[in-house]
Amino acid sequence: MNNNLSHLSKIKKVRSRLMELSTPLGIIGFITVSIIVLMAIFAPWIVPHDPFVIDATKRLTPPAWIDGGSSTYILGTDHVGRDILSRLIYGSRVSLLVGILSVLIAGAIGLFLGLISGYFGGTLVDQAIMRIVDAMLAIPTLLLVLVAIVVFDPGLVTLILVIGLTSWAQYTRLVRGEVLSVKEREFVQSAKTLGASNTHIIRKHIIPNVLSSFIVVATIGIATAIMTESSLSFLGLGVQPPDITWGSMLNDGRNYIATSWWIATFPGLAITITVLAITFLGDWLRDILDPKLKKGGDEDDS
Amino acid sequence: MTFQFILNIVGLLVFVNFVKLYFLKQINLINSATYFLVNWGDFLGYLKRSMLQIIPSLLILTLIIFALVYVAGDPVSQMLPENATAEDRAILSESLGLDQPFHIQYFQYVGDLIRGDFGMSYQYQEPALELVTERLTATIALSLMAMLVAIFISIPLGILAAIKRNTIIDFLVSGVSVVGKAMPNFWIGIMLILFFAVTLPIFPVSGADTPLHFILPSITLGVALAAEMTRLVRASVLEVIEQEYVQTARSKGQKESIVIGKHVFLNSLIPIVTIIGLQFPQLIGGAIVVETVFAWPGIGRLLLTAIETSDMAVVQAIVFVIAIITILANMLTDIIYRVLDPKIKYN
Amino acid sequence: MTHDSHQDALLSVNHLVTQFPAKGKKNITVVDDISFDVKPGEIVAIVGESGSGKSITSQSIMGLLKSGGTIANGEILYQGHNLVEMSKKERRKLRGKEMSMIFQEPMSSLNPMLRVKTQIAEALKIHVPKQSPKERMEKVIELLKQVEIPNAETVATYFPHQLSGGMRQRVMIAIALAGEPNLLIADEPTTALDVTTQAQILALIKDLNSRNGTGVIFITHDLSVVADIADRVLVMYAGKIVEEATVYDLFENPQHPYTMGLMKAMPTLETQSDLLDPIPGNAPDIANKPKGCPFHPRCPLATEKCVEKIPELNPILNDHSARCIYPGKGGNNHEQ
Repeated sequence: MNNNLSHLSKIKKVRSRLMELSTPLGIIGFITVSIIVLMAIFAPWIVPHDPFVIDATKRLTPPAWIDGGSSTYILGTDHVGRDILSRLIYGSRVSLLVGILSVLIAGAIGLFLGLISGYFGGTLVDQAIMRIVDAMLAIPTLLLVLVAIVVFDPGLVTLILVIGLTSWAQYTRLVRGEVLSVKEREFVQSAKTLGASNTHIIRKHIIPNVLSSFIVVATIGIATAIMTESSLSFLGLGVQPPDITWGSMLNDGRNYIATSWWIATFPGLAITITVLAITFLGDWLRDILDPKLKKGGDEDDS
Repeated sequence: MTFQFILNIVGLLVFVNFVKLYFLKQINLINSATYFLVNWGDFLGYLKRSMLQIIPSLLILTLIIFALVYVAGDPVSQMLPENATAEDRAILSESLGLDQPFHIQYFQYVGDLIRGDFGMSYQYQEPALELVTERLTATIALSLMAMLVAIFISIPLGILAAIKRNTIIDFLVSGVSVVGKAMPNFWIGIMLILFFAVTLPIFPVSGADTPLHFILPSITLGVALAAEMTRLVRASVLEVIEQEYVQTARSKGQKESIVIGKHVFLNSLIPIVTIIGLQFPQLIGGAIVVETVFAWPGIGRLLLTAIETSDMAVVQAIVFVIAIITILANMLTDIIYRVLDPKIKYN
Repeated sequence: MTHDSHQDALLSVNHLVTQFPAKGKKNITVVDDISFDVKPGEIVAIVGESGSGKSITSQSIMGLLKSGGTIANGEILYQGHNLVEMSKKERRKLRGKEMSMIFQEPMSSLNPMLRVKTQIAEALKIHVPKQSPKERMEKVIELLKQVEIPNAETVATYFPHQLSGGMRQRVMIAIALAGEPNLLIADEPTTALDVTTQAQILALIKDLNSRNGTGVIFITHDLSVVADIADRVLVMYAGKIVEEATVYDLFENPQHPYTMGLMKAMPTLETQSDLLDPIPGNAPDIANKPKGCPFHPRCPLATEKCVEKIPELNPILNDHSARCIYPGKGGNNHEQ
């Protein structure tokens, strides 16, 4: 009954925590992620050059600040003369798309199975789901993805589906654990005694309480998915040319590392910065939404 | 053929036991070494319980993989030349049992696996498992080296950060570990080649012929784990350092270095050992990528060729071998955990 | 109160101020200008609620202040040597050998990964490094017997979790005694134990004190324990000593209203539990002490004068002083 009220006060609490918890790293993460997202959305309008145009005369131009560099190609060009900066900007599209969509898929499956498994904890359903989770977790995600790639043709859609379908197990485990603990709390027990239906209890009581830690883990999951995507693209099994990704740019640059270091260096930096920014954002969300998940021993006063 | 495989696993066991014994020496060598002799029945019980958990997991894994292969379709067209007749195809299909319904094929498949038969590689015309086990040693050696790198980096740094908590040192260590986790390992590899093989030609670029060849790949593979472990060691030490028995040790007049090295570190070991065990499969997953960067002759490259040529038998064999290694690593972790913690041992 | 008799004191704490850093604000003073002596063989009790600074006083003496705590002022003389001016190494050498400590939680004050004998032997090894392992083990067993542990040989091989709370506290005492210290600081050693075990541990400490002549600082929040064990009592409130007396004087003739309050809240054989009368309110936040006498918000005798300034620790009789402008008032309550 006072659910509404507690909800309101919760929002207020989150807002005041937001103010007091605006850590520098959290803000840096938030701003960087925003910039990358904007870059990805407006890529066609902001790139200095057409990232697809091959120009053999401009090939292997070093970055602007190096001898032989040109101020029109700030970060230099690759082995076929394409502008690296423009390609980096386009590359963010694939990374974000794969990262976000695959986490949506994995998160949805993970949340659904985790809720069922946790709510019916100890039953046969729970046992079965957990065995599947165990089996999935016994194999490195990258390997599962690789196996799936054999079956389906590599490409953007395949990549999203495959990463999504192979990385849900960790969410299931997380959600299940949360549900198991929430389920024992008084308000759920009393709702049960009052005869509320299972779907009602799950929707009104359990999901809201599970969601905050789920969102935190899912945010960081985007970073992991971006890592996986770039690894696959690096191996030549991810997104195929002419689509641009940071991983395949790195693969291109690998053969020229002895002479033209910039081709492989900048895409790697882009991946690192993106992953870092998302991690900061995730940690920040954790501080705001879910104080109990806080990293060990950082804040206890004596 | 499975002999080589068993040999590798035994090698792994010996190594982990070695590490275990090293730590045990600090606690109480004799008592712990005789633990499994004394509690043999307990150990068997533990094995039985863990088997009950592992077998369903493995069966589900076989089902997932078999379903993938089933969907992947028709190995016949890959095995036969382009101009093969429909009749040839039918004959081959029948001889492979591909005309049977799904569940019959699945049972046959599981039966074959139990006999250690993962099928023949189309590419190499050799038993798939043999191909995998031949190359497994290189991958496991690389992973173990990477783990050593991670241990040597993370334990001192993690302890340092915890002792100097909230100082600039702590901030730097935490910062480096966050960045270390965010860098893709193949990029680290390429950058290491750039700096230490191209610009400064100290180490070889690729291959696995001399001990020197190990250095760059194992650092590359170890960085992410080191970063993860540093965070964990820090958190674990921070938790222990606040415990009262640490004050007790100080109140005896013990040197701070021994207080940290003995009392704090021993007690923070259990979560550290756990994470090492749990991270092992991720390490092997990472090895697949790192091997391609350094042309390392392990299962990573075998897997990539197998994927490119759709050599399903090899792919499956690799997946299963890694799954079994993962399971063994988890069991070992569990056992070490039990040996380390006197609360479990003496109850 | 003045301290002219430093010469014969084992430990002499003079104007000790211990502070802890606080985020963004200035330091918090947890121990505020404390002075007292411990003579050889004497048991001095420090009584106070949690947050009164009694544990921090003991940590200051041991040199085991946690998380940034510093001694901002005053001196701690041990046999005439000022501990505050000593190097870390010199202080470490004193710990275990000259002064030892027993902690509150026997559950957590022993290392769960090490056997009992290893932990006692460690203390011996630090101060008598030349001993052979065999001699050392014999000494370990002897110490265990000294703290009245049955089956000492077997218990020595146990891990802490295999022992009861009382046994663990005995082991802890054995560790503290290993270096044959002249001063033993017991920080609420019986709080976590049940009543029977509590009495046994108290008897043990008292016995060791009379047998070895060890000076003891006994820290507790429980006045009834004090009556059993102490020679002299310091009552602490909000970082300051509010009353100091011999145990006899204190119970016969309490002067500070806080002490009286503690006594009324203390169950004895005569009072029935429903007559117990706890002090109203809570101990003050040390970061934010009330103006004037810090006890005035909870004090039945408080007037406007109490808010003006913190009263001095005034001598009432010989060796009995109280920090109150209305000493002795309302003491009649206790007689009833």
